[in-house]
Amino acid sequence: MKGWVERQQSRAAWAFLSPALLLLGLFFFLPVVAGLALSVTDFDIYAIGDFSTVRFVGLRNYVQAFTNPVFGTALRNTFYFVLVGGPLSVFTSLGAALLVNAPLVRFRTFFRTVFFAPVVTTLVAVAIVWRYLYHPSYGLLNLALGKVGIHPIDWLGDPHWAMPSLILLAVWKNFGYNMLIFLAGLQSIPEELYEASRLDGATAAGRFRHITLPSLGPTFLFVAVMTMIGHFQLFAEPYVMTQGGPLKSTTSVVLLMYQEGFKWWRLGMASAFAFILFMIMLAATWIQMRLQRAEAS
Amino acid sequence: MRRGFGRILLHVALVVGAILTLTPLLWMISASFMATGEANSLPPRLLPHSPTLEHYVALFARLDLSRYLFNSALNATLVTTLSLCINGLAGYAFAKLRFGGRDRVFRTLMAALVIPAQVGMLPLFLFLKYLGLVNTTWGVIIPGMCSIFGIFMIRQYALGIPDELLDAARMDGAGELRIFRTVVLPLLKPILVTLAVFTFLGTWNDFLWPLIILSDDARYTLPVALANLVGEHVGDTELMMAGSVLTILPVMVLFLVLQRSYIQGVMAGSVKG
Repeated sequence: MKGWVERQQSRAAWAFLSPALLLLGLFFFLPVVAGLALSVTDFDIYAIGDFSTVRFVGLRNYVQAFTNPVFGTALRNTFYFVLVGGPLSVFTSLGAALLVNAPLVRFRTFFRTVFFAPVVTTLVAVAIVWRYLYHPSYGLLNLALGKVGIHPIDWLGDPHWAMPSLILLAVWKNFGYNMLIFLAGLQSIPEELYEASRLDGATAAGRFRHITLPSLGPTFLFVAVMTMIGHFQLFAEPYVMTQGGPLKSTTSVVLLMYQEGFKWWRLGMASAFAFILFMIMLAATWIQMRLQRAEAS
Repeated sequence: MRRGFGRILLHVALVVGAILTLTPLLWMISASFMATGEANSLPPRLLPHSPTLEHYVALFARLDLSRYLFNSALNATLVTTLSLCINGLAGYAFAKLRFGGRDRVFRTLMAALVIPAQVGMLPLFLFLKYLGLVNTTWGVIIPGMCSIFGIFMIRQYALGIPDELLDAARMDGAGELRIFRTVVLPLLKPILVTLAVFTFLGTWNDFLWPLIILSDDARYTLPVALANLVGEHVGDTELMMAGSVLTILPVMVLFLVLQRSYIQGVMAGSVKG
């Protein structure tokens, strides 16, 4: 009897899982493995019509990627976006969460909703909006800076300013998401901890350093890793706002992969780009987790 | 005294932050009602001199915006419905059904969460090309029809369903599918609503994959159409702003209506994840 029930349940379970496993297998796992295979071939526009022209080239694509100056630039730009934009975004989120969570705040839900609003907007649409906000002569940003005596900046036209402009847009667009996660972390800190330290005569700054920050540790790791992973995938902002320019200063790895793959149809090379980025993301995640663990102990 | 001052400072910071956050969106709305060329005048204008709907009319009459709206709505609805069913069944099975290999399969899926979608996109494109699905609705929605993250969210939630409830239903002779439909689904409703909002917004806003798989502008989604439009009409600031408003408006309304479950979902996902 028992065996029959178990068999019954096991059959049902596999039936319930089969649509998901079939879809993931065919349209996720298979392409990932195929991508690895593709990256060691010279798959190009001719191969799309005739598979037999594909040759195994070993690690040639990877070697060429690292000697290709444009890929080097794309890697540098992506790291710029990750290393400057990521922390900026995380600290803006933390600041917003601390403000919204402060004990004396009125209209807390209103502010939370306002700060979260950019998160639900469509990236392509707001990137277009910001393109106009950054306009050197008609844009609101230069208008506002002009009021305090700062000369107009050619935000998207100057290779030095283009990446900071994309970072500013990304911070605006995303900080609300991590703010919510920090809020969840802040609200899960037991009130008794604060009360006890208040009785011990700790100052507000001391409570922040010794209770709030350490308690947020796991949240911080989660936010930092997720933000970093998201930032490595920079694509729509440069695609819509700068097409990777000026002077390739905003060409990201994913944008280059898109151009290499779907503009020039060099799918072998593009797959190598994708895998290099993936390996970098894995290594960066591992390093970040190690660092935080070392700090915690 | 000091306390009162701090309180004012706190609210000043919040109000300034709110104004900075809303300015791009408010300017977008304002500029979309300006006459052609008005947004590019010196000194820059903040409000339309005499508000006009001409750009909205032009988008629908000349630029086929209703088609893109329809495509986006169709794709997002299909992905949301299908993925909820597929992820729901799988998430529940991982949480509550006993079968050999459960933990191993689940661990494999969790490990695969670190693989970014871009890694498989190029072969997936080729694969769908040979299946004849490039430039079709199926081609756009296939990668979204099942998500490991969705399965994970539902599993975490379904772990809280008491086994006695399921066993009682089994005693009554109900089959597993019927138990899922009549007992489990109602209990999963909160997480399903949250995931529905997540998925709908995510699909609506998605850009890279639709851009890759769609080549014919009759099938474009709003973001792809908009990115295409800005190439030809970059000078028409007001027109582009009207297009941006129409792209953002549906998801913004959906978010405002369902924000409680959405916000709770984000916060819950982070604490457990």
